[in-house]
Amino acid sequence: MIINLRVWRQEGPESPGKLVDYTVPEASEHMSFLELLDVLNEQLLADGEEPVEFDSDCREGICGSCGLMVAGIAHGPQKRTAVCQLHMRSFKDGDTITVEPFRARAFPVIRDLVVDRSAFDRIITAHGYVSVTTGSAPDANAIPIPKDTADEAMDYATCIGCGACVAACPNGSASLFTAAKIAHLGLLPQGEVESPQRVTAMVNQMDAEGFGDCSNYAECEAVCPKGISVAGIASMRRAYMKGLLSG
Amino acid sequence: MNLITALTSPVGRKVLTGATGIGLVAFVIAHMIGNLSYLPGPEAYNGYAHKLLSLGWIFYTIEILLALCFLLHAIIGISIQIRRWQARPVGYKMYKSAGKPSRSGYSARSMIFTGIILLGFLILHLISFKYGPGVAEGYTATLDNGESVRDLHRLMTEKFKEPLYAFGYPIIMILLGMHMRHGVWSALQSLGMMSRRLSPYLYALAAILGVFVAVGFLFVPLYIYFLV
Repeated sequence: MIINLRVWRQEGPESPGKLVDYTVPEASEHMSFLELLDVLNEQLLADGEEPVEFDSDCREGICGSCGLMVAGIAHGPQKRTAVCQLHMRSFKDGDTITVEPFRARAFPVIRDLVVDRSAFDRIITAHGYVSVTTGSAPDANAIPIPKDTADEAMDYATCIGCGACVAACPNGSASLFTAAKIAHLGLLPQGEVESPQRVTAMVNQMDAEGFGDCSNYAECEAVCPKGISVAGIASMRRAYMKGLLSG
Repeated sequence: MNLITALTSPVGRKVLTGATGIGLVAFVIAHMIGNLSYLPGPEAYNGYAHKLLSLGWIFYTIEILLALCFLLHAIIGISIQIRRWQARPVGYKMYKSAGKPSRSGYSARSMIFTGIILLGFLILHLISFKYGPGVAEGYTATLDNGESVRDLHRLMTEKFKEPLYAFGYPIIMILLGMHMRHGVWSALQSLGMMSRRLSPYLYALAAILGVFVAVGFLFVPLYIYFLV
């Protein structure tokens, strides 16, 4: 299949960028979208041009490294799929696909399609952890946890921190990411103890990074490769208010 | 945690927007039902308005609370819009909603526009009705018990005989319905009253309330224009 691409090219953080048109004449419907970009880069290198920079690592949808706006949607048109798992069979022969980096003030472009997502790391550093004295591994099920609770915590723990929620949010809010981390730790007894401090610290860091406010568009849930629910954002707000009331 | 810091935090702003929004929704529903008392006739409508005023300090307290709700709701709403511009200085060349389960339909996307129009409307509305012609201008009615009160029934009939009011007002009420369609669901989500199981029901409730209020408000102006 022939695929036409309009790719955002930008030399560095301060340089102006623009969309550049390319054609990949020999794309296969079995390729992932990132493999299509690999083929494009081979073409560019053969022509003596600079390859398109983009992030990727595991290419099996579990690491959260990749992330692109494909045809106007974070991670592309297929639901619950990271862009590395998006295959060209989702497109038609002759399609023109616009590819842009995730955009937010807190995610500055480094080059082409690569953005700096270390704002997320700083939110985690603020209190995205459980403080425990590590000793030898405790017995399994030493602390009884209801199955539903464990499942819910696991659903939130599937967040891979790719940043699609921020990219898709019309307000550029990081609420879904922050809420998923807070919910996954706070739902379990080991993490619940520090919940009030955790919520406050992580929400304040999210604010300090310059992410926008949440307007409950739920666009984040629609693009999340793990389908994390905005119900997590509601529970983050409950936890935040509880922290406020308990001082 | 400092209260002011908390209330100006990203979560605090949403909680305040939601809480004030719920207050405003309660007001709008009461106002809509009050308006329907136009239909039985002047005695019912003027009597209702007079009864509200004679509540005295309770009435004024509610008025002040509502004014505060409006003010806070508008200020935070506008500040959220400003932060939105700041949070994404370089926009997308191409952007699309990913569809369900996204809730960003027309109502959600137009909150700032419908909000600003409603704020402008509120001011005009207060000027033409609350601070409009009263007893001093000869708009006086006598209730069945002999009390002489402001003739709001006459003012309302006159205003809605003018096409600008009769048709402009319903358009604004449709915008209000849209604002509530996203607003009610958003407020419940902002106040944390949301779980994965409840979400679809509350989203539907927001739509029903939006339509209910818009239709309730549409009724009287169109009735006056065409049938009185």
